[in-house]
Amino acid sequence: MTGEGAEAAKGAKGARPDALAGIRTSKRDELRVVGQPLPRHDQAEKVAGSTRYAGDLAFASMLHARLVRSPVPSARITARDASAALAVPGVVSVLFGEDVPRNVIWVDVPGQTVEVAALKASMEVLATDRVRFHGEPVALVIADNQDALAEACDLVAVDYEELPAVFEPDQALADGAPAVHAEGNLLSEWDIDHGDVDAAFAAADVVVEGSYQTQTVDHAYLEPEAGVGWLDDDGVLNLRVATQVVEHYRDVARILGIPEARVRVIAPYVGGGFGGKEDMTVEPYLGLAVWRTRRPVRMQWTRQESLLARPKRHRMRLRYRTAATREGKLLGQEVDITADSGAYAYLSALVLLYSAVHACGPYQVSNVRLRARCAYTNNPPTSAFRGFGGMQVVFGYEAQMDLLARELGLAPAEIRKRNALARGDVLPVGQAIETEVLLAQTIDAVLGRAGGKPRASGPRKVVGRGLACNIQSYGRLVWLNDSAAAWVGFQLDGSLSVRCAVPDIGGGQASSLAQIAAEILAVPMDQITVHFGDSALNPLAGTTTATRQLLMSGNAVYAACVLLREGVLAAVAAATGEPADSLRLEEGRISGPAAGMRLQDALLACRKRNVPIEALGTFFGPKGRPVVKGLHADRVFPDFTFGTHLCDLEVDLDTGQVKLLGYVAAHDAGRAINPRSVQGQITGAVAQGLGMALLEEVVVADGMNQTGGFFQYLIPTATDVPEIDAVVLESGEGMGPFGARGIGEPPIGPPAAAVASAIQDALGARPARLPMTPERVLECVGGHQRLTPAAG
Amino acid sequence: MTAGVALTLTVNGREVSAAAAAHLTLLRWLRDVAGVTDPKYGCGEGICGSCTVLVDGQPVSSCLVLAAQVDGATVTTAAGLLEADGSLGPLQRAFHEKHAAQCGFCTPGMLIAAAAALADGRRRSRPEIREELHGNLCRCTGYGPIVDAIEMAQEEAGR
Repeated sequence: MTGEGAEAAKGAKGARPDALAGIRTSKRDELRVVGQPLPRHDQAEKVAGSTRYAGDLAFASMLHARLVRSPVPSARITARDASAALAVPGVVSVLFGEDVPRNVIWVDVPGQTVEVAALKASMEVLATDRVRFHGEPVALVIADNQDALAEACDLVAVDYEELPAVFEPDQALADGAPAVHAEGNLLSEWDIDHGDVDAAFAAADVVVEGSYQTQTVDHAYLEPEAGVGWLDDDGVLNLRVATQVVEHYRDVARILGIPEARVRVIAPYVGGGFGGKEDMTVEPYLGLAVWRTRRPVRMQWTRQESLLARPKRHRMRLRYRTAATREGKLLGQEVDITADSGAYAYLSALVLLYSAVHACGPYQVSNVRLRARCAYTNNPPTSAFRGFGGMQVVFGYEAQMDLLARELGLAPAEIRKRNALARGDVLPVGQAIETEVLLAQTIDAVLGRAGGKPRASGPRKVVGRGLACNIQSYGRLVWLNDSAAAWVGFQLDGSLSVRCAVPDIGGGQASSLAQIAAEILAVPMDQITVHFGDSALNPLAGTTTATRQLLMSGNAVYAACVLLREGVLAAVAAATGEPADSLRLEEGRISGPAAGMRLQDALLACRKRNVPIEALGTFFGPKGRPVVKGLHADRVFPDFTFGTHLCDLEVDLDTGQVKLLGYVAAHDAGRAINPRSVQGQITGAVAQGLGMALLEEVVVADGMNQTGGFFQYLIPTATDVPEIDAVVLESGEGMGPFGARGIGEPPIGPPAAAVASAIQDALGARPARLPMTPERVLECVGGHQRLTPAAG
Repeated sequence: MTAGVALTLTVNGREVSAAAAAHLTLLRWLRDVAGVTDPKYGCGEGICGSCTVLVDGQPVSSCLVLAAQVDGATVTTAAGLLEADGSLGPLQRAFHEKHAAQCGFCTPGMLIAAAAALADGRRRSRPEIREELHGNLCRCTGYGPIVDAIEMAQEEAGR
């Protein structure tokens, strides 16, 4: 569907945090550019095939680099020998950990328990004496051609003495388990004790219980990790890489032992991120290779390498007990979460924190006891992935809602509406919801759009309809002191330059900034250039992660544009004698009660009067104190996005095959800066979520990653994905520019739960383990309740 | 460098002669030798479709074909769908209009798959268009906008 289908919903106005005082929410009908489903400005080059991604840039006489990785999940390194590799003609260098100036990458999370105080976890850039997962980098080979590189990588001799290993989080946490790290295998734990849970369960009319298991998932963006690095004429290390975080220049500088000002990261248009390009991938290795050889170097990971060794989505075991009244009002919930961090910390402690905060869903639950633990194992590491721990729990809490609905004879939509969060309600962690919640409206929207349930296509086929709602934060954790800056400047011909170091990973991050600037400064879209993704030449805007870019860089551009507009109008007022508040910036001119002025003349007037025709805007995110292990905080995130998905499907009773028939997804996006971009985020996240629901799993057997390519790792094709109807509600209540909420991550939460819900509707039972393969669906035929995952 | 065999291919109307190692794939030859970078490496095993090009009018995964196997062939990549004046061709305009590219990495391969499907002049339903695309993976769009674009292109072609 297109923007015409977007529905506006009116929400009440409320108090906003001080940080947002300058950001005005405009009425939709006053907006001229924002809200229009315009083609994105980056699309023309992309469809012409001329966009140059990270791996597309080449230098004459550049070198190539590749990693030698551990073939075993747990071992001591007893010997390393590069002599045979170095003898291959064309090989320039083979580097080991000792060759890295500072061979360590730190992760620091406050409030964690590994060393009683803050978690200080680290990993080596190149392992020196110990490897902890299959695929861990051990050596870096650099050669002047790819054939020599491949041959030399095979000839780097590394001797391993295998060590005891552990692969299941529960076993890793048991006494006497092989220690993945000397500090112990408990990486992080978070608790919530909210209200009186025992009293709530004692008073309950009904209690339902379930245990759920999610799987290890790969981001599987189409662009594998890649980049090219070189030293420029000032001796600055330039890394043009596929990344979500240009600020990794700081990490590269630390590793190389050089000033941060000597490293520049450029992010060209990225071929998909989804969290997988949030941690560093090629950056430290490319930096090292360039720094050591002083020559341009390219590094491109293969798909097999990407699947083998880059951090994945956490598999989690979720145990829920839910207490409710006979009217379906939730009284209390007990939640137990165990997650697999794999061999290193990366962002696991924070992912688990997201799971804890989101664990009870978009519902008011006054009494909650939660225990969440994340264990080191000798599996591939896990880290950021769209939804960031806030999405696995949807599979648990929405199953509980369906169980309750069935137990009480209530419609799934009804029980959800009866418990929906509203403004002023307090989440179990202690944070109050400050903005209007349109959860019930999203439920009505999907039901309204879906129409009647489809009919089965044959006698051994059954049709089901499922529903799932979710809550997902947008913006970073409030103690991270998040900020974003943007520079906006008129050119003398009236065209406009926007500089903002936001990485554009495909969601239209840069294009949305152009649309915001076009709205405020009345410059046509085709006369605006957005310079993005460059840590040296553009103001830093922070990471394209955590559904934060529209909130952060959007507000920074908004602020810069308003400053610039006020300056120009003041200069014109001084020149013409008209009051500044009577002047309006229009396309190509400033109009006023008298003659007004052409924009170009106004810009000249500014220069004559020493008024800048450019402005820097900085936006600071809402602030809060760091949490401790026992979670209780009045603010953890800036705000949240809510939505509901509906799935129609047909199950083949003989094969367990699921055919998706239709899908509707509705989210309150606050304000859609570009409705087509918002819908693109929704439909893309639904497809990715459906892959997790039905197809995808990174299979790891005793620490050995068995998933060697897209032959084994099946992501949905055009024939697997149904037509998806993306419905955009606009409350105007978000904390982003014009009242926008973040939408990048939220829509990936509900799909697996909506599919399970539809299977339950069809068969009377639902798989409790992902992915819901035909075998697992077939176990549900007969309507027997199977909510405990099979062992293993 | 490994000694090579002399190859001449016509790429997007331009004749390119360059020596290439016998084991070099067409994809690497296009990207590293001919400097044509719109076909993308996505998986290296013919699953994702990001490297799809037309070889003498037929869609192939250029990561699975050796350059030496197609010596003398005419190769069309997504950049070859542009009009002579450099403006967007009809399929590209439809992709642009329908928001069919997000990250854009699968887009060159998608365009070639679509061009190959539309070449026979037969009008296809949406499910049939989806069938034509099942060898090309996209992780961003959910496919709907791509199907919209191909529908629009065949409509504009008067089918």
